[in-house]
Amino acid sequence: MKDLEKYTLRIADTSLILAQRLSEWCSNGPTLEEDIALSNISLDLFGQANGLLDYVSKLNGEKSADEIAFKRNERQFYNLQICEQENGHFGDTIIRQFLCDSYFKLFYSSLANSKDEILSAIANKSLKEVEYHLRHSSNWVIRLGDGTKESNQKIQTSLNQIWKFTGEFFEMDELDNIMLKKNIGVDNNNLKEEWDLIVNKTLKQAKLTRPNDGYMMNGSKQGLHTEYLGKILAQMQYLPRAYPDAKW
Amino acid sequence: MKKNKSTVWEVFIQSKNGLAHKHFGNVHAEDKEMALQNARDLYTRRNEGSCIWVVKSEHIVSSVPDDEDSFFDPSNDKVYRHPTFYKMPDGAKHI
Amino acid sequence: MNEAIFQQKIDAEKKIEPKDWMPEGYRKHLIRQISQHAHSEIIGMQPEGNWISRAPSLRAKMILLAKVQDEAGHGLYLYSACETLGISREELNEQLHLGKAKYSSIFNYPTLTWADMGAIGWLVDGAAIVNQVSLQKTSYGPYSRGMIKICKEESFHQRQGYEIMAQMAKGTPEQKEMAQDALNRFWWPSIMMFGPHDSDSPRTGNAMKWKIKRKTNDELRQDFINKTVSQAELIDLKIPDPDLKWNEKRESYDFGEMDWEEFWSVVEGNGPCNEQRLNHHIKAHKEGKWVREAAKAYSQKHNN
Repeated sequence: MKDLEKYTLRIADTSLILAQRLSEWCSNGPTLEEDIALSNISLDLFGQANGLLDYVSKLNGEKSADEIAFKRNERQFYNLQICEQENGHFGDTIIRQFLCDSYFKLFYSSLANSKDEILSAIANKSLKEVEYHLRHSSNWVIRLGDGTKESNQKIQTSLNQIWKFTGEFFEMDELDNIMLKKNIGVDNNNLKEEWDLIVNKTLKQAKLTRPNDGYMMNGSKQGLHTEYLGKILAQMQYLPRAYPDAKW
Repeated sequence: MKKNKSTVWEVFIQSKNGLAHKHFGNVHAEDKEMALQNARDLYTRRNEGSCIWVVKSEHIVSSVPDDEDSFFDPSNDKVYRHPTFYKMPDGAKHI
Repeated sequence: MNEAIFQQKIDAEKKIEPKDWMPEGYRKHLIRQISQHAHSEIIGMQPEGNWISRAPSLRAKMILLAKVQDEAGHGLYLYSACETLGISREELNEQLHLGKAKYSSIFNYPTLTWADMGAIGWLVDGAAIVNQVSLQKTSYGPYSRGMIKICKEESFHQRQGYEIMAQMAKGTPEQKEMAQDALNRFWWPSIMMFGPHDSDSPRTGNAMKWKIKRKTNDELRQDFINKTVSQAELIDLKIPDPDLKWNEKRESYDFGEMDWEEFWSVVEGNGPCNEQRLNHHIKAHKEGKWVREAAKAYSQKHNN
């Protein structure tokens, strides 16, 4: 696979898997309003994934976006592991979303300056949506953190448990460095400082304690994942795989 | 049993710059920030809507209510919501 | 006296607004009808939501998610209209959970294959549209306005479903079989959506007099069937009714008798998914309690 293709695929997969997780909230939200809000965010992320996968397809020259999404195996997916974690309760989902939204905001802001016109355009479009997502998730982190004693405890636990997936946001491997050198890709290392500012500010307002950095999960850039991804794909890919000749 | 009732807010939207705000309905939320967000999610899915107002229902003072229209002009943002986006077999009627 | 003025307004096609005087029966009937309509939208999210994670293409997934999201929105518009009659959303929720309020029986059927997404969009939303177009002229202002808004969004839903069916009907033999099977399972429940025969519907009298309802059950049902038969024929799918026949004199289709035993059984709570649907709704509500409480606590602390 070409460098640019793989680089774009990583970003696409991250949006796709996170969108898939969020869509599971449909008809399960704590209020109807939140059901709509989470579906909205899921739709935005699917839209982003779609745009990115279309680009991957173009670069690939053979496979369609759908084939790329629905006919790849577990070890061929490159989404950040944080995205595939279970939804859990609303607090688990919101904290995951907040940490991702903060990262995406910075990531897309940087990608908007990419020399690659298509990535730059996609980044610009996504930024508007991400701003809104971040506003939504920050608001909820604050309300849950500074709500009741129960909600504070619950979301603190959520935060503690998911923290080990945040290391992946800031990794740079060989491919990242190649893309960076070409002024196409993002310097993930560079994003950490600002991410810390955003996160710390909200956590403080939410009366939450930032966990200490301990062991950080990694491996998604090599297609290594947690056990959840396989199950997500088994559901997501079932129909096209069961009916390989069918057009939908 | 006393119910812990959520707060109801009336929603007014200015769909395009220059137009007046119109009443669209209500949303439930516990504070104004969430009310704005919920209103945006519920009432502007097909239209960016340039400005939203939310007012707690209890703050509305009414005389005799007038009929208010709350028509939406769909925009072209997410095209799959629009009836014309779908390929209908030739000759299909009533759809 | 008030009653006479009220009826005059109705007869003159004027809208009744929340602060207007209305007979208690009118208010009660509306609360029941609007809330059940709202509950239907919300419960309806479940059978369709069932297939979001397995939608067979990115486009199909986004469309389905948008559709189900619309349904949540419609539920909200309707709860919003219902609340103007002096009842809270919490009370409405409780009525649903206690089985005091009903919702459309069609949603007590399971969605077994992807083709069901087509069948539901085409037939169930199709039936809903026939009903809702008529309701746009209902006498109660907030309900009428809600219906106008809903109707604008609803045609996307039906087209989504019909497109799925059309595509499958001309696809692989397995796809065609799947589509036909979905039609076979959803046809009768769909036409039962219009309710019992007019002769067996005790509330129809008042509903028509007060212009809450603008057309009767049987009229709407006939409309729907007349519209839908040609659509099925066009995509080469067979409606599972051996008695379906064009009647030149009536300029309408004659059709077979519905299974009223099944109809009443499902209405009374003995459908395949009644328990499942309600439990799902109750569960989501219970699990979200701490979230709602947190939001309230926050707003009280910060006086928002």
